[in-house]
Amino acid sequence: MSQAPALRTTYRDALRMGLREALLADPRVFLMGEDVGRYGGTYAVSKGLLAEFGEARIRDAPLSESGFTGAGIGAALNGMRPIVEIMTVNFSLLALDQILNNAATLRHMSGGQLSVPVVIRMTTGGGRQLAAQHSHSLEGWYAHIPGLRVVAPATLEDARGMLPAALRDPDPVLIFEHALLLGVEGELAVEAAPVDLDRAAVRRPGSQVSVITYGGSLPKAMAAAAVLEAQGVSAEVIDLRSLRPLDDATVMASVRKTRRAVVVDEGWRSGSLSAEIMARIVEQAFYDLDAPPARVCSAEVPVPYAKHLEEAALPQVEGIVAAVRALVS
Amino acid sequence: MTAPDRDTALSYLQQMLRIRRFEEKCAELYSGGQIRGFLHLYIGEEAVACGVMPELRAEDAIFATYREHGHALARGIPAGAIMAEMFGRQEGCSRGRGGSMHLFDVSRRFYGGNAIVGGALPLAAGFALAHRMRGEARVTACFFGEGAMAEGEFHESANLAALWRLPVLFVCENNFYAMGTALERSESDTDLCAKAASYRMATARADGMDVLAVAEAARAAVRHVRDGLGPFFLELQTYRFRAHSMFDPELYRERAEVERWKQRCPIAGFTARMQAAGLLDAADAAALETEVAGEIAAAVAFAESGTLEPVEQLARDVYARQVAP
Repeated sequence: MSQAPALRTTYRDALRMGLREALLADPRVFLMGEDVGRYGGTYAVSKGLLAEFGEARIRDAPLSESGFTGAGIGAALNGMRPIVEIMTVNFSLLALDQILNNAATLRHMSGGQLSVPVVIRMTTGGGRQLAAQHSHSLEGWYAHIPGLRVVAPATLEDARGMLPAALRDPDPVLIFEHALLLGVEGELAVEAAPVDLDRAAVRRPGSQVSVITYGGSLPKAMAAAAVLEAQGVSAEVIDLRSLRPLDDATVMASVRKTRRAVVVDEGWRSGSLSAEIMARIVEQAFYDLDAPPARVCSAEVPVPYAKHLEEAALPQVEGIVAAVRALVS
Repeated sequence: MTAPDRDTALSYLQQMLRIRRFEEKCAELYSGGQIRGFLHLYIGEEAVACGVMPELRAEDAIFATYREHGHALARGIPAGAIMAEMFGRQEGCSRGRGGSMHLFDVSRRFYGGNAIVGGALPLAAGFALAHRMRGEARVTACFFGEGAMAEGEFHESANLAALWRLPVLFVCENNFYAMGTALERSESDTDLCAKAASYRMATARADGMDVLAVAEAARAAVRHVRDGLGPFFLELQTYRFRAHSMFDPELYRERAEVERWKQRCPIAGFTARMQAAGLLDAADAAALETEVAGEIAAAVAFAESGTLEPVEQLARDVYARQVAP
C-alpha cells in the first residue's frame, strides 16, 4: 500500500486547518469569540484568519460569554453556521444558560420547528499550572444534556476534521480541545478524509485490558500501554471521540474481547463521565468481565497551582499502569 | 397623535379584545384543570403587543417571554393552535412540547416563548446579526419585561447590539413588577431609557396603556432599525391587572394601586375615545364581542378535540439527526 502524502504539523495548526477549510467551504460560516481576531486567538489557533477572512467573519467579541454564545445560537436559528469560541471551559459556565436552556432545548420545545446548527469550541483540562479557574474538565457535565452533541478531538486528524463535520451536523455540537494537546506534533495526511462524529476509535489494539479514554488523556493512555507492553501486558486503547452520544458498541466489543476495563477521565470521579461508562459496561457486559471495572480520574480537589500538587491531582501514566496491573495480575 | 381611520380603530380594538377574552377563558380553563403548568396572563398589557405588532412585517422576527399569549395572537398564530398547545395536544403550535410559556410558529417567524428572564435577548442579537451579515433590512423585535434589565444578559446583548449596530428592536414592557419585586426595589436607576442609552442606543418611552401611543412610538423605532441606524430601545409603561401567575397571592402590591391602573384599561379607554371621536359606536363594540366569543369558542373546541401524541414519540425532536444517547 502506498503511503498517502503527509505533512508534519501540530494539533494547533490542524485545528486552524479545519477552521480555514470550513470558512472557505461555506460563506455562512463565521468565527466569533474573545480575541479570535486581532490577538490571533488566545492559543493562536485562529492566527492569520482575520487577514484572510476579514472582521465580519473573524469576529472579536466583548467579554460577554452569555451574550456572544447566545448570539451564535440566534445566528444559527437564522441560517448562519457560527463557530463560537469560548476561551476555556471554566468561562463557558457564564454561557451555560444559553447552551442548556436554548441551544439544547429549542428544537424539542418548539415541537421540531427549530434547528440550532451552532458549533461551540472551547479548551479544557489542566496541566499548565493555571490553578482552579482555568484547569477543569467539565465536558462530562455537557455530555449529560440531551440535545447537545459533545466531541473531544484527541488526534491531529480529528483536530482538523471534527470541526467541518460538526458544521455539517444540524444540531448543536460542543468541541472540547485539551490545552495540553495544542503543541503535540505528528503526521497528518495532506488530503483530509472526512471524519465522523459518532464512533469511538481503537487507537491501539490489545488483548488483556481495554483502556477507555478521550481527549487530553489519550496520549497518557497510549504511553501507559507502551509501558505495559514492555511489562508483558497487552492493552487496547479506545478513544471515545464522542462523549454524547457514547459509542457503546465499540466499547463493549473491546471489553468483551479483553474482559477487563479501565476508564481514564480527567473529570472528577464522583458523578462523572467515567461513572457513566462504567455503569454501561456493568449493564451491558457484566458477565463478560473477569474483574470489576476500574478508573483513573482527577483527585476531588479544585486543581491546585503548585506543579507537584497539580500532577498529583490529574491522571498520570503511572496511575494508569498501576490501575491496569491491579486488574491483570 | 393622528386619529386612526375606522378600520384601523376596529382592528386595534379587535386584537385587544381577542387577547382579553382568550386569557379570561384560559384562567377559567386553568381553574377547571384543562390547562396546567404555569399560566401568566397579559391582561392589562394588551395595548403593547397590539400596538407594536402591526408595525412589523412578515419577514421580521419576534422573540417574546413566557407571558406571550398576546404576542402570539397579535402575530397571527391561530387561537386554536395556541389553546391546543396549552391543552398539551399535538395540534398545538409547539406540538404540546412547550405549553403556555413556549409558543412557537416559525412560519410566522415567531421564535417563542422564552421562560428564562433575559434568555431571548442574546438570541435576538444573534438573529439580527445574521440579517446584518446578509445585508437584509429586517427587524428582529425582542419583547421582555423590565425585570430582565437587572440580568447580565440584557447588558451583554445591549452592548453587542449597539457595538455591532444590529437591527434589533428592544421592546421593554415595563409593568413595574418583576414577579413581586417593584421596580424601585430592583433597579438602582428606575429610568430604564437612561440605562439603555448608556450603550449609545436610541431610546423612547411611551404610554403602554394607549395603543395609539404605542403604535406611533413603535413605527418610529421600527423605521430607525430598518434603516440600518442600529438598535432601538422602546420602553412601554404598562400594568398587569392579574396576578403574576395562577399561584400568586399578590402580597406585594396594594389593591388600590391595581384599581387605579384598571381605570386606565387599554380596551375600555380606547373604546371610549373612539366612540367620542365618532369612529365607533356601541353596536361596533357589541359586534366585535360576538365575533371574538365565536373565535374563542372555536379555539376551545379545537383544543378539546385535539389528540395526544403517542408516548412512543417521546424522544423525537431532541436531535435532527436522531442517535441513541
